Amino acid sequence: MAKLLILGSGVAGQTAALHAKRKLGSKHDIIVVSPNSMYNWIPSNIWVGIGAMKKEQVIFPLAPVYKKQNIEFHQAKALSIFPEGDTSSSKPFVEIEYTDPSKLGQRIKIHYDYLINATGPKLNFPATKGLGPDGGFSYSVCTANHAEHANHGFQELIQQMKKGDKKKILVGTGHGTATCQGAAFEYIMNLEFMLRRHRVRDKAEITWLSNEFEVGDLGMGSMHIKKGGYITNTKTFTESIFTERNINWITRSHVTEVEKGKVHYENLNGEFKEIDFDFSMLLPPFAGAGMKAYDKNNADITSELFAPSGFMKVDADYTPKKYEDWKASDWPKYYNNPKYPNIFAAGIAFAPPHAISKPQFSPNGTPIFPAPPRTGMPSGTMARIIVYNIVDMIKGLEDRPVRGASMAKMGAACLASVGKSVLDGSAASMTVFPIVPDWERFPETGRDLNFTTGEVGLAGHWIKYLLHFGFMYKAKANPFWFIIPE
Amino acid sequence: MNNDKQMRPFEQEFYAPKPTPFSLHMRVNPIWQLVRFLVLNIKMLIMVRKH
Repeated sequence: MAKLLILGSGVAGQTAALHAKRKLGSKHDIIVVSPNSMYNWIPSNIWVGIGAMKKEQVIFPLAPVYKKQNIEFHQAKALSIFPEGDTSSSKPFVEIEYTDPSKLGQRIKIHYDYLINATGPKLNFPATKGLGPDGGFSYSVCTANHAEHANHGFQELIQQMKKGDKKKILVGTGHGTATCQGAAFEYIMNLEFMLRRHRVRDKAEITWLSNEFEVGDLGMGSMHIKKGGYITNTKTFTESIFTERNINWITRSHVTEVEKGKVHYENLNGEFKEIDFDFSMLLPPFAGAGMKAYDKNNADITSELFAPSGFMKVDADYTPKKYEDWKASDWPKYYNNPKYPNIFAAGIAFAPPHAISKPQFSPNGTPIFPAPPRTGMPSGTMARIIVYNIVDMIKGLEDRPVRGASMAKMGAACLASVGKSVLDGSAASMTVFPIVPDWERFPETGRDLNFTTGEVGLAGHWIKYLLHFGFMYKAKANPFWFIIPE
Repeated sequence: MNNDKQMRPFEQEFYAPKPTPFSLHMRVNPIWQLVRFLVLNIKMLIMVRKH
């Protein structure tokens, strides 16, 4: 009997746990460790943040799902990995500390044969002074609670605008190396849509503030699509939609500090500027979960397992290279650690070899460029492929991973909501192949123009809305959940 | 919607393409969007099947 331990219960963790159980049945142990008691379908948080959905619609308790699936669940956070065991046993294990109120603070060891790190990001609000809802002055939609809190602020703002007050709204990224521009884009567009619904749009001055070199970069170095007889860039696509909605944009900016009603930022010219706001939603940069690692003699080997950012090192080429020398082959294929090949990382938890967007620095040396996104569809896909590889090894069919899931060979579909309404809402529907540009295969734009597409329309909203229910259904492991793709 | 708003020369919005009223109509035209719904689903399924 093999033990598969999965750390995390987000998109990657939940996908891995359910596929592993389906493939391995009751002959092997599947164990999930997550500090959260609830699952959160994060892509729909943007709708909670504008009051178009209730928090309860994007979350559900994890324990009953795992009980139904006969998956062992510990509501706890992983503290340390001992990939060689310790002085008492050579069996690898993870030390966890319970966040479950009934066992709060208790620590235990969980042994494993295979480990999947799907811990997702630590929201690094402290990287920018005054950033975030917990002691800061900006809102966030990174968690369901954050989104609910943002909505309270947003509803108050609407009431003030209905009384005739004019307001300044700022949405974007709260740090020079933040990622998930897509979520911030969805939030600003939905917020604008709701202001029109409430007939107060004329009272709002809305500004996009981001670390992108140009709008539409989205951490993917932007992308090209065929449109209107041209091969055009997502910069044009995004500028068009911002202009249509009368949204101003400021790019190439690193937020240095948020104070009440004011954001200070540095731009790529090295200028220090500030902008006032009445309401702001700024996304934080991400870091790894902050686990430690020790060898059998209790020596700290954290740097062998994790990059300085806290993300897990996998089979990527981490050799520092100039942007011009980056290759698609730098990106990991199997997502296991070279020294400890039974340890895998999926989704945000793996350390990318480098950014996708070109690194840019201000004259003061401040990095101002997005980190690469690895959420949503790619996150679920790589989790599934990792599990398939582990299942093959457990069953003795293979002695090493053989199925690849490189982001440089993987496509993604992305539906960015720009207004939630079944009759007059819309979404930007994008497909991209591959996610990481491969300039050797596709010298013109880095991607396959036949499979890299984008359009705005109501149909995209219908799909996005249906996918909300589809993915919640799937995450609950309801009957035939597995026919819903990642 | 500010599609009929007068453009301000030399400001950022002046250089961005804006959708025509026809494009805006087609984005929410239910019949056309039903067609796009099918096309988009096929595109996404192709993307899914690539992995």
